[in-house]
Amino acid sequence: MASISETQTQKGLASLFGRGGKPMKPSTREAWYGYLLASPWIIGFVVFTVGPMLASLVIGMYRTDFLTETTFVGFRWYQNVLSDSLVRKALINTAIFSFTVVPINTALALLIAVMLNQGIRLQSFWRTVYYLPSVVSGVAVSLLWKWLYQPDIGLLNSILGPMLRPFDIDPPRWIFSTEWALPSLIIMAFWGAGGAMLIYLAGLRGIPTSLYEAAEIDGASSFRRFFAVTLPLLTPTIFFNVVLNIIGSWQVFTQAMVMTRGGPNNATLTMVLHIYNTGFQNFYFGYASAQAWFLFVIVLIFVILALRSASSWVHYERV
Amino acid sequence: MATTVQTGSAVHQAERYDNSRVSEALYRLLLYGAVILGGIVFAIPFYWMMRTSVMPTTQVYLFPPEWWPERFEWHHFKTPFAVFPFAKFFLNSTFIAAGSAIGAALSSSVVGFSFARLRFPLRDIMFVVVLATMILPEHVRLVPTYLLFVELDWIGTYRPLIIPNWFAPAFYVFLMRQFFMTIPRELDDSAMIDGCNPIGLFWRIHLPLSLPALGVVLIFMVTAQWNDFLYPLIYIQGVPNYTVALGLRLFEGHMTNNMQALMAASILGVLPTIILFFFAQRHFVQGIVVSGVKG
Repeated sequence: MASISETQTQKGLASLFGRGGKPMKPSTREAWYGYLLASPWIIGFVVFTVGPMLASLVIGMYRTDFLTETTFVGFRWYQNVLSDSLVRKALINTAIFSFTVVPINTALALLIAVMLNQGIRLQSFWRTVYYLPSVVSGVAVSLLWKWLYQPDIGLLNSILGPMLRPFDIDPPRWIFSTEWALPSLIIMAFWGAGGAMLIYLAGLRGIPTSLYEAAEIDGASSFRRFFAVTLPLLTPTIFFNVVLNIIGSWQVFTQAMVMTRGGPNNATLTMVLHIYNTGFQNFYFGYASAQAWFLFVIVLIFVILALRSASSWVHYERV
Repeated sequence: MATTVQTGSAVHQAERYDNSRVSEALYRLLLYGAVILGGIVFAIPFYWMMRTSVMPTTQVYLFPPEWWPERFEWHHFKTPFAVFPFAKFFLNSTFIAAGSAIGAALSSSVVGFSFARLRFPLRDIMFVVVLATMILPEHVRLVPTYLLFVELDWIGTYRPLIIPNWFAPAFYVFLMRQFFMTIPRELDDSAMIDGCNPIGLFWRIHLPLSLPALGVVLIFMVTAQWNDFLYPLIYIQGVPNYTVALGLRLFEGHMTNNMQALMAASILGVLPTIILFFFAQRHFVQGIVVSGVKG
């Protein structure tokens, strides 16, 4: 071990740093600089990540509003999480959101990227059209979609209404109905598929044309070329995005808060919204902490499952 | 015999060639149709937002809705500023976004340089931890950091929104480190011969070369902070201190019967990020490529 680090040091910059005065051992000197320059992250990691995570576990054992009351309750909140029907509702809603948005958005982003990569005219224009919705997000977009979903005079039903009328079907009341409120948030999320599309488009451009030529000589059809060449080479990029999307989708908050406030009848209550309500509206910070840990463990499980699955479908071959 | 076979196959091939030309043309037609149709679907919400913001009141609430304003009323864009201090909200959001972005860019570039270029014990383990924190759902630290800021007496200030970003957010450290890895090592050696220490090396060689990557960090951070809603909701107190996001939500509560003004305010709210995108489109794309593809 020692010999390895010594060779590394010699290859590194260290040998050149020891100048002037009584030279410090080069490797030590470089190491000190290394820690010094990495210190913003080290400090931030301790103060804003590890510390709070551990503190969160402990806070979860108290009944506290951080002002008047602090009572030790042990693992009661953690047990509560498992039997609380609202938490279960939030969990199911968020799971449905995540398990529909992640796969559909990934497929949609891939589809758009592949379409735009067919030597289409005005490619950068179309790229902007598809990408722009993912640049804007937050409250303004939620307000916009709330307006689009307006059942009587909104854009969606003004298109759907006439289409459904011959079948004598009324268009859905979107965010105002318990069945359609969650699907409304899901459909709205598809509008942001452009972010991943941009990454896939860049990935597609990185695939060497020689591979396609080889496949063409072998007589592969364009479908086969896509599934045998394009898709496998894109899997590392897809994988990275899917993992980030899983994490992001489990943290959905703004839409649910601004458009429906979790309603109607908790149809759009998400985990983060419920944590927010528990802690910052009802001031059960201990319970909110316990719920946050619960969410953390769930997301961790899905991320680990995704990482585990990687070896069976992610193609790690150097091009 | 041989000739017939050859001719036959030539005819066959020509036929196939013709067929493939027809199917190729059909394919292009379908492709363009799909791209254009999809593009319209993606663009329509923006159109609807703009169309609503300039419509006369009598027209906005018509059923069935109309697509084109019978006349353009621009005064709805003044309403937000008349009802709430929206100009102040823009200043507040700008302050938070700029303060966070500058701190994030500086700190993550220093840390990224350290991970990319300096050798020290535990470095590789620490970098793995950086990657691990990238996939950490951040709400697990929501309550304890709130307690921390209560103890520091920072509630009601912008500090809880800005200062944590000065400690090298993991994603940007990763981005900067990936960038520094692409700078040729020969540059380091020549600087070293001139007698630079690592800080000098960073300051004189790597920082000037990393301006594009720093731009990416700045753009991402500004956009993220501009769009953020949860943290301002928790930490900001008092209407004059609101960000644009909070202001929009407040405005909505007061404008239930003035959709034009609400859409006008929403347009103003998203405009800065759209302008930023158009000015920095190249960086945007590049940053996404660096962070997404090489990940």
